[in-house]
Amino acid sequence: MPKITYIEHNGKEHTIEAAVGQTVMEGAVKHAIPGIDADCGGACACATCHVYVDPAWADKTGKPGGMEQSMLDFANDVEPTSRLSCQIKVTAELDGLVVRMPPSQH
Amino acid sequence: MTQAVERVVIIGAGQAGGEAALRLRAGGFEGAVTVIGEEPLPPYQRPPLSKKYLSGEWDQDRLLLRDREAYAQEKLVLRLGAAATAIDRAAKTVRTDDGQDIAYDALILATGSRARALPVPGADLPGVFRLRTAADVDAIRAWIRPRARLAVIGAGYIGLEAAAVARGLGLEVAVIEAAPRPLSRVTSPEVSAFFLERHTAEGVTFALSAQAAFIAGDHHVESVGLKDGSEVAADLVLVGVGVLPEMGLAQAAGLKTEDGILTDADTRTSDPAIFAIGDCARRPISFYGGRLCRLESVHNAIEGAKLAAAAILKASPPALEAPWFWSDQYDLKLQIAGLFQGYDRLVLRGEPGPQGFAAFYFAGDKLIAVDAVNRPAEFLGAKQLIQRGQTVAFERLQDMSVPMKEIVAQARPLS
Repeated sequence: MPKITYIEHNGKEHTIEAAVGQTVMEGAVKHAIPGIDADCGGACACATCHVYVDPAWADKTGKPGGMEQSMLDFANDVEPTSRLSCQIKVTAELDGLVVRMPPSQH
Repeated sequence: MTQAVERVVIIGAGQAGGEAALRLRAGGFEGAVTVIGEEPLPPYQRPPLSKKYLSGEWDQDRLLLRDREAYAQEKLVLRLGAAATAIDRAAKTVRTDDGQDIAYDALILATGSRARALPVPGADLPGVFRLRTAADVDAIRAWIRPRARLAVIGAGYIGLEAAAVARGLGLEVAVIEAAPRPLSRVTSPEVSAFFLERHTAEGVTFALSAQAAFIAGDHHVESVGLKDGSEVAADLVLVGVGVLPEMGLAQAAGLKTEDGILTDADTRTSDPAIFAIGDCARRPISFYGGRLCRLESVHNAIEGAKLAAAAILKASPPALEAPWFWSDQYDLKLQIAGLFQGYDRLVLRGEPGPQGFAAFYFAGDKLIAVDAVNRPAEFLGAKQLIQRGQTVAFERLQDMSVPMKEIVAQARPLS
């Protein structure tokens, strides 16, 4: 299973194995990794699963879709590689992915 | 509570109960946490039940809020398939159905709600379902086959989401609603009309201002009889006529209740050692002048969990959010912020249509709610305005050439 590393805003790293077909958000939440709230459970309804994709991986994860971009417009501390992690599907290609958490989700 | 809290018992292992347990640990609580849940599953998400779980897109594991192991890792005790039968407030114990008494220093009631029953003959026939738990949906799915005829009684979110999923699975769908319009309790006539039109275009038929009088069938449901004498043929029936707060334990224990277990803004009940959160509880909502609200939503479950955990840990309370909700039907994502009850003006941004629009609700010049269809910026923008106590001019919202972000940036405080 592809490995994903989540780095909390305080620098604490968590590496987990995520199932292909899950989302990057689900990988974090199901392992109770702090820093991603994902209140709506992945319905793209709340914008509380914001992450910064490591720039080395930004091409592989791609750009936000229209709905996602509209939600990111209202998130705090947005950066060029900001994504909602519920909209990034885990694939074999993403093995080794690194994402960082923003200071807060609300 | 003057003494230190060492043992927390949580009754209810839904999203509110599960979240409260995790928040206690995240907040540094090192004592014992026992979560008692009647369903066999660990805490799971209910919103997908009438959406991706009903459609078969998600399996059961995907519903789970955390992996099963996550609770043991956090040293949280889940007692699943177990029911609490009584609370002894003097002894501070919870009795379970196997006769055990579990002691608590703080007790959190997260007992949720139950589907309102339809009081008509035949409502217990095989083939008549409600949609509240994963097991309910498993039972419905066993009956689903293309061209089966589904009658949905009640045109609320659950009923309409199920109708949309069922159309996608090739069923014939008829919706029976007592009010003259769908979603009548939760939105305006304008937004109701939009959803009615879309469902009709998708092939759903509606009987509005229609009341079910009986459900008929020999060994299995065959039709729903309406009070006007007509009948709707059906192979399966879904009853979605709302929920009632599950507050029997609280009432038996003498806690104050009134359409929900009454709490203060910190989720504390009339007993200072007992908290109530989620669907079963009713608390004052600051954005609406402290109005007592019983909210059936993910937002309320999570916020209640945060508030109760903070109160027990004597930590600073979380930042509060304006109530929010969502509903997925076909390719429409309806996102709702705020509470629309009591509005006196509706301002539309965009024309109702597949490209999306938003209905803003005002009481005087105060923005109180938005229904946004495929318009996430309008949803999040309005939510921020409500939380900040700001408002905007009606004309400004109607001008689609101005981006929502700019409108929010130029908002003014309420006078």
